[in-house]
Amino acid sequence: MISKRKMVASAVIASLALAACGGDDDEPAADDSADEPAAEPSDEPADDSGDEPAAEPAGDVPECAVDEVDGDLFLYNWAEYIDPELLTAFETQYGVKVTQDTYDSNEAMQPIISAGNSGYDVIVPSDYMVSILIANGDILPLNKDAIPNYSNLAPDFQSGLPYDPEGAYAAPYQWGTTGLGVDKAVTGEDFPRSWALVFDQATAEQYGAAGSISLLNDPRETLGAALKYLGYSLNSTSEEELNEAKELVANAPIQAFDSDGYDENLATGQTVVAHGYSGNFFVQFAEADDPSQYEYFVPAEGGTRWVDNMAVVHDAPHPCTAHTFINFILDAENGAALTNWNYYASPNAAAEASILPEILEDPAIYPEDISKLEFISDTGDYEINFSDAFIEAKG
Amino acid sequence: MSEASSAQARGLAKWGLNLNVVLVLVFLYAPIVLLTIYSFSGARNPGQWGGFTLDWYRALGDDTRVQDAIWVSVKVALVSTVVSVVLGTMAALALERFTFRGKKVFDALLYLPIIIPDVTMAVMMLLFFTQAFDLLDDWFGLRIAKGFATIVVSHIAFNIAFVSVVVRARIAGMDATLEQAAADLYATRWRAFVHVTLPQIMPGVLGGALLALTLSLDDVVVTQFVAGPGSTTLPVYVFSLIRKGVTPLINAVSVVMLAASLVLVIGSLFAQRANEGRRRREPAA
Amino acid sequence: MSAESLDPLDVVDPAHEHHHLGEQVERRLRKSERRRGLLLALPAFAYMVLFFAVPLVIVLVYSFATRTSSGSVALSGWNLDSYRKLGEPIVRNVVFRSAWLAAITTVACLVIGYPFAYFTATRRPLVRNLLLVSVMIPFWTNFLVRNYAWRLLLSTGGPISSATEAIGLGETDLLFTRTAVVLGLTYSFLPFMILPLYASIERIDWRLVEASRDLYSNGWKSFTKIVFPLSLPGVIAGSILVFVPSLGAYVTPEILGGGRETMLGSYIVTQFLTARNWPVGASVSFVLMAVMLSATIVYFRSGGKNL
Repeated sequence: MISKRKMVASAVIASLALAACGGDDDEPAADDSADEPAAEPSDEPADDSGDEPAAEPAGDVPECAVDEVDGDLFLYNWAEYIDPELLTAFETQYGVKVTQDTYDSNEAMQPIISAGNSGYDVIVPSDYMVSILIANGDILPLNKDAIPNYSNLAPDFQSGLPYDPEGAYAAPYQWGTTGLGVDKAVTGEDFPRSWALVFDQATAEQYGAAGSISLLNDPRETLGAALKYLGYSLNSTSEEELNEAKELVANAPIQAFDSDGYDENLATGQTVVAHGYSGNFFVQFAEADDPSQYEYFVPAEGGTRWVDNMAVVHDAPHPCTAHTFINFILDAENGAALTNWNYYASPNAAAEASILPEILEDPAIYPEDISKLEFISDTGDYEINFSDAFIEAKG
Repeated sequence: MSEASSAQARGLAKWGLNLNVVLVLVFLYAPIVLLTIYSFSGARNPGQWGGFTLDWYRALGDDTRVQDAIWVSVKVALVSTVVSVVLGTMAALALERFTFRGKKVFDALLYLPIIIPDVTMAVMMLLFFTQAFDLLDDWFGLRIAKGFATIVVSHIAFNIAFVSVVVRARIAGMDATLEQAAADLYATRWRAFVHVTLPQIMPGVLGGALLALTLSLDDVVVTQFVAGPGSTTLPVYVFSLIRKGVTPLINAVSVVMLAASLVLVIGSLFAQRANEGRRRREPAA
Repeated sequence: MSAESLDPLDVVDPAHEHHHLGEQVERRLRKSERRRGLLLALPAFAYMVLFFAVPLVIVLVYSFATRTSSGSVALSGWNLDSYRKLGEPIVRNVVFRSAWLAAITTVACLVIGYPFAYFTATRRPLVRNLLLVSVMIPFWTNFLVRNYAWRLLLSTGGPISSATEAIGLGETDLLFTRTAVVLGLTYSFLPFMILPLYASIERIDWRLVEASRDLYSNGWKSFTKIVFPLSLPGVIAGSILVFVPSLGAYVTPEILGGGRETMLGSYIVTQFLTARNWPVGASVSFVLMAVMLSATIVYFRSGGKNL
């Protein structure tokens, strides 16, 4: 009798669940019989389109005119990444309301967008995430006719970016580097501008950094740094190279893996050397009593270069307002306002005239030599190896 | 054991108990005191003292984003607490006092929200809502968007479990004879419940409510995944700042919420005290 | 309500249906009791099925799916690969470490929470409620800010370090250590222990305790023989409410532990977000939930027998 009750209950649950999953169960069943390759984008997690075949990487280009608005703007952005006054300016100029919500990582944003029905129009994903979003059909191709300001971008940013070679999906927003912030009150001036400062025990000890180092709590960034120190590409998919990098991270004289407070911990003296994103350090250093006590650099072996981009969500309720907003941000003056507000480098060539000279001339913000910098690219199935190796390295 | 040493032991136990209370309160409030102090700090880092200032409180007064987020949080917390306390208490009574079809399944189901990792619940609610809304759209042409309602629904889903565990800890082993006597006395079960059972389980219900309120006010991951545009709660907003640095503005928010809840609590305690006094006088009158 | 109707295993035997009147009345009574019980449970039951069980089944389905190379989920080619992954030593290490830290946290909460709950439960109502609310108020601040406050308290040159230095114990570098993680978790989950403890101690019949004092003439003995056993439901509920969320914690281990202690919570977050490997994230969650659920049920059953 008891088991019968249980069966009834589980049958109820199962039938309800079937009803709930029904929507996307039909389709994978079709996939199954057709025996399509797993990488086929129609297999995206919560494909909500139901009847139509899932978004092809080259989905429909929205038909929009320049400055056309088709409703209020819903922006999903990184926190503290845009001057609120710019949003107000957009509101008054186009007579729409802007609602901005913020996220803390690409990884938290992507599933929300991918599931569908997010309600957002524009998102600001980083480089590798753009390629993932494209592969999943999560973002729409841009209608360049509605974005005349696209030509304000420096030529390197209009095309040739590895994650979106034709610039079909993403409009670069800002870019920066990942490197090391150093408290020179401890290390002195003449430490090597090298990853050896964190990965080589002797060097770290010599400059008083051993045991006071924080590395980013991010598999790709931190293993990537180790790969760079070893002279490999940070996108290497060689098992041996990854193992070497893993051993290096595991044995480095590190205090913490920290993605959230590394700049503050450096400023309060908890750490001496911190691995992190350029702009965060600059904001932090500017707050210090003596900014010259600190230095940010990208080690000589090279490091990560990243670009954040604006993209239109696949089911954006207001795709034309989205295009108008992208066009608005790519405006020369507005692009300069972004950079003058948060100290990240601008991809907007036309904006340079209005960017504060001290930012434009700072080699830490606009590095002279970018030949040794690499973008993190999505390595597909190999991402799991990175993630596992990092957990092992952390111990 | 002699009388004297027994009294001594009892005195020692009493002393230890008092000391423990003091230490627990110090432990609980040390970080709170610290975060309150730093809400008056002029430095942008929560960990550096930058001279006394009220700037963060002024900034809070101007920051409509944070104010909106606070309101969403408070509303979500109140609604989800009320609903989950009612449902959770009913569930606890049913499980402790009755036997019925599917009881074991229900019992197990009620533990799952406590056991499930945050992020797993977040992912599953995200998938559930988007797929359910698609179905509603396909079948009935209903267009529903994620937002306030989906946050409340998700919070209730985990809060019911926490409320019922606390209430059950109260009911378990509680003497049922009084309730039976009351049932005979009061004719209707409802009156018996209101006059006898409810007062008896009240501490459990109150504890469950406090827990539910706290969990709801603190939840980040589930809320982030089920929220819609413009329905960000305070914790989700604060969490998004984690990479760019959380400023003392958030300390100021915490202090304001602390002060508000203190006022509420002290007010209700006074009310309770007045009540107590009245009751004490009544038998004499 | 008859005593046997409380027994969930109680089954009506249809063979004895037409016996004498008393049994029939009793049967009818029992039946109406069942209906009442079901009615009482129904709203919460229906809610949990619709808004918890159904979503859970969706994730269960995902745990048998495959990660595509772009990190989404292919709902085809069902397999058990994600469950096989659980056998790898990397997962085992994470599990043992998490269970150990969660156990220490639970014991710490019990040791400092029990006397507090006892004290609270034996005061008059006003003081009682005041103390109870005092336990909760700190948690109506933002959890991230609380964690930052702890980071500050524990940091090199912070208040605790300065204090220990002042009394001649030298600097304490607690931040980014295992101790810091346990401390932070204990802080976060202490109310989860105190509330159910309070709820169960408060209902103890103190006349029984007084009587036992005369019997044992020893406070400690009457505590261990009477008070503690009577509060056991609270101890069990509190332990579960502390142990299980500690296992799944990930913000505190990252902010206070410096991300060095990968706990189960962090591992699951990593699988769902960083590695975008939903099948593995789902399978780890399910195995965790299955283990914890069976442990909880067994724990409750055995605890229940002592009552």
